[in-house]
Amino acid sequence: MSEELLQIGDRIVALARPGEQVEVVVGRSTSTEVRVYEGQVEQLASATSAGIGVRVISDHRQGFAYAGSLDQDVLAETLAEARDNATFATPDEWLGLAEPDGLAVPDLDLYRESLAKVSTEAKIDLAVELERAVRAQDGRITGVEAADYADGVSEGAVVSTTGIRAAGRETSCYVSTYCVAQDGDDTQTGFGFSVGRSPEDLDVTVAAADASRRATRLLGASQPASGRVTVVLDPYVTAQLLGIIGSTLSGEAVLKGRSLFADRLGEEVASSVLTLVDDATNPLAYSSSETDGEGLASRRNVLIGAGRLQKFVHNAYTARRSGTVSTANAVRGFSSTPAVGCRALSLVPGSQLQPELLAEVGDGVLISSVSGLHSGVNPVSGDFSTGAEGLRITGGELAEPLREFTIASSLQRMLAEVTAVGADLEWLPMRSAGVSLVVRGITVSGS
Amino acid sequence: MITEAVVSRVLGTALQTGGDFAEVFVEDKRSSSARFDDGKIEELGSGRDRGAGIRVVVGDTTGFAHTADLSEPGLLAAAEAAAAAARGGGGGTKTVALTTQPVTSQPVLTRPEDVAKATKVELLQRANDVARSHGDAIKQVSASYGDSRRRILVANSDGLVASDDQTRTLFVVGVVATGDAGMQTGRRSIGHTMGFELFDRYQVEDLAREAAEQALTKLQARPAPSGALPVVIGKGGGGVLFHEACGHGLEADHIQKKVSVFADRVGQLVASPLVTIIDDGTMGNEWGTFAIDDEGTPAQRNVLIQDGVLTDYMWDQLRARKEGRPLSGNGRRQSYKHLPMVRMTNTILTNGDTDPGDIVADTPHGVYVAHLGGGQVNTATGDFVFGMTEAYLIEDGKITEPLREGNLIGNGPKVLELIDAVGNDFEMGPPGTCGKDGQGVPVGDGVPTLRVSSLTVGGTAA
Repeated sequence: MSEELLQIGDRIVALARPGEQVEVVVGRSTSTEVRVYEGQVEQLASATSAGIGVRVISDHRQGFAYAGSLDQDVLAETLAEARDNATFATPDEWLGLAEPDGLAVPDLDLYRESLAKVSTEAKIDLAVELERAVRAQDGRITGVEAADYADGVSEGAVVSTTGIRAAGRETSCYVSTYCVAQDGDDTQTGFGFSVGRSPEDLDVTVAAADASRRATRLLGASQPASGRVTVVLDPYVTAQLLGIIGSTLSGEAVLKGRSLFADRLGEEVASSVLTLVDDATNPLAYSSSETDGEGLASRRNVLIGAGRLQKFVHNAYTARRSGTVSTANAVRGFSSTPAVGCRALSLVPGSQLQPELLAEVGDGVLISSVSGLHSGVNPVSGDFSTGAEGLRITGGELAEPLREFTIASSLQRMLAEVTAVGADLEWLPMRSAGVSLVVRGITVSGS
Repeated sequence: MITEAVVSRVLGTALQTGGDFAEVFVEDKRSSSARFDDGKIEELGSGRDRGAGIRVVVGDTTGFAHTADLSEPGLLAAAEAAAAAARGGGGGTKTVALTTQPVTSQPVLTRPEDVAKATKVELLQRANDVARSHGDAIKQVSASYGDSRRRILVANSDGLVASDDQTRTLFVVGVVATGDAGMQTGRRSIGHTMGFELFDRYQVEDLAREAAEQALTKLQARPAPSGALPVVIGKGGGGVLFHEACGHGLEADHIQKKVSVFADRVGQLVASPLVTIIDDGTMGNEWGTFAIDDEGTPAQRNVLIQDGVLTDYMWDQLRARKEGRPLSGNGRRQSYKHLPMVRMTNTILTNGDTDPGDIVADTPHGVYVAHLGGGQVNTATGDFVFGMTEAYLIEDGKITEPLREGNLIGNGPKVLELIDAVGNDFEMGPPGTCGKDGQGVPVGDGVPTLRVSSLTVGGTAA
């Protein structure tokens, strides 16, 4: 299948004029999405999408165009448009496509033939079963707003005049649910999910139990008093935090003066218990893939080692301009040029599970979810403030639920104040893995 | 884009398995963008997205398929896929007679595609130059320009055919300033449903200056307070508060599934009597404005809360059909690849009669929020957060020191009740993108200066 995409790329790359660099990214995907409500199919969607992105660099100027179509006339128009766009850009001597760096492309098991054999009825049944399982968890579950099954097959190719010719394909699927729990006048919500490469990987029971637990354990929650506390972040919250930390380690942010770690390479930027790794070759990562968005082999990069900043992540452009080599961190779809970003972040886990961490903390707050991360965290200044929900930790154990408060600090301080990383590493449907994390000196704002 | 005869045959195919309702949505969108960053015109980009989404509704089940293939065979294949997903009882051959609805799209004086790329690029350069002229503390400037022309055609088995031609133009400036206490950011954006005449109405130099001043001001900022305080929301930039605090909770999909704190509350007092909230898709040239929604319904002005009393929710085709009630023009989708949902358009809180200066003067101690960032709400509990991107302390009735960024947190119904002053200086805020269930659509919001007597401010200071 992917050979066809490579050939589309080959044909356009062959149209490059002398002195011109051309890179073509081709993507195609099919998907099925099922939503069940009260035992019936509420939505069933199936779709195929395809598109192409063309980047042209000539006279050190870059232009780009994309089209959500693989029709012949559109392909030619896209190249012409990218070429025209290039003439308006400012010349930049560091511009240039990625070049093969000799690193072997890992062979990752990301594609399952078995997905294609699963009937639509079986997919619907999974969502129906999930909804039923959520309701059966607890008598206080009064509604299941969504019980979803979704899967997708995606394939992509990158071809360039610099000798890049890479293709990959993968399957993915998930079930997810969002439920409401009520007790008297009190209402709380919870979500749960299970992800995999094909339906046999999915665990409906785990998804249902997680959703129910998240919703019911917050029933009766009250607003805490303001103060400074030690918090334990649930794995899901840590994964979201890592995503933001990762964005501050982008070579592009560093070059453009937007990284708070710009001048800190080699220095202590975090507690010594923190080792942060970006590794898209880890097949357990939901976002793993064999190559990056410029067709370079994925590789393991240690960004922070025992608290010391070791590396920023780069694509071909930012690496060249920084006098280093690409870390294979070009991230993109076919509708954009390659940005720089972390691809599969995780912390090296510690030795204690969450109950042991709670016992060690003694008194504090377990943060079970945060909201408003995109508005309350400024990755340039490091200011950090988000809405939060959770449970009080008293005498080393979980106590009453808490809601409607914020937690605040700064990214710099939080990294320095981490006292322990849990042993409960779990890969989540995002570009980072979760793990319990203990952080001191967080300001809680409540009543 | 497609002839009526083809549309009619596609709808017939979509209904062949007994559907109660079928719809074809065709979209052809072209966009162009230009980005300036780090002292350079980094990149110009162009995009083209074209395709059709077809849905079939049988009872409570919706089947949906989309395709980028707009040929008749391509459309018929998608119609069959959607029909297969939603099977009803009857079936057989159906013919749909179509009536084209008159639609007047928002006016465009200067088509962005007719403007030379060099002219667009020059705007970016001008913004950069002005922002950088604000001194050595300004370390980085980015500016981006974007325009899109989205032509849509909607036809359904009720016989409706309607089309719209939507042009939007956007300009954003971002600034980073560095001082003794680290880096701070400033940002300004403008966007309207109009063409290149946007730049007759606004000067990019003004945006650049304001963004630079915002970043420089924040260099002096001290940590925001922590805890419950009176909060004055400035005109314009604070509209997102109501988008989150009550807008999402008034969307009929949440209401029908009883996952909104506002379910079953029409006719009741849900807010301070000072509060009137309207969702208005007809406001001339605003970011969330259109002639028809993505289900072919004309945009409307819908009063949601009148003097504190909940008057109505917002509706789309699916939810309105279920209740047998009129449509409100709130059925929107990100693209032909998405099913429509109940979405806001331009959500505003209307003017009160208090002088905005008096609201601040009347606040002994609190926080003044000049600009809010994005927010998020849990409609089932009403709990919401939103970020303060520019805020100041209020001391003895005066706006004093700038504050570092932080989130505000509150509960929608509680906050609506706690509004104790509404100014007379209504203004629309910057263009926004509202995300729901993975789909983003352009929305507008606006407010006059107003005060919430108590909101939890999530700073780090005691």
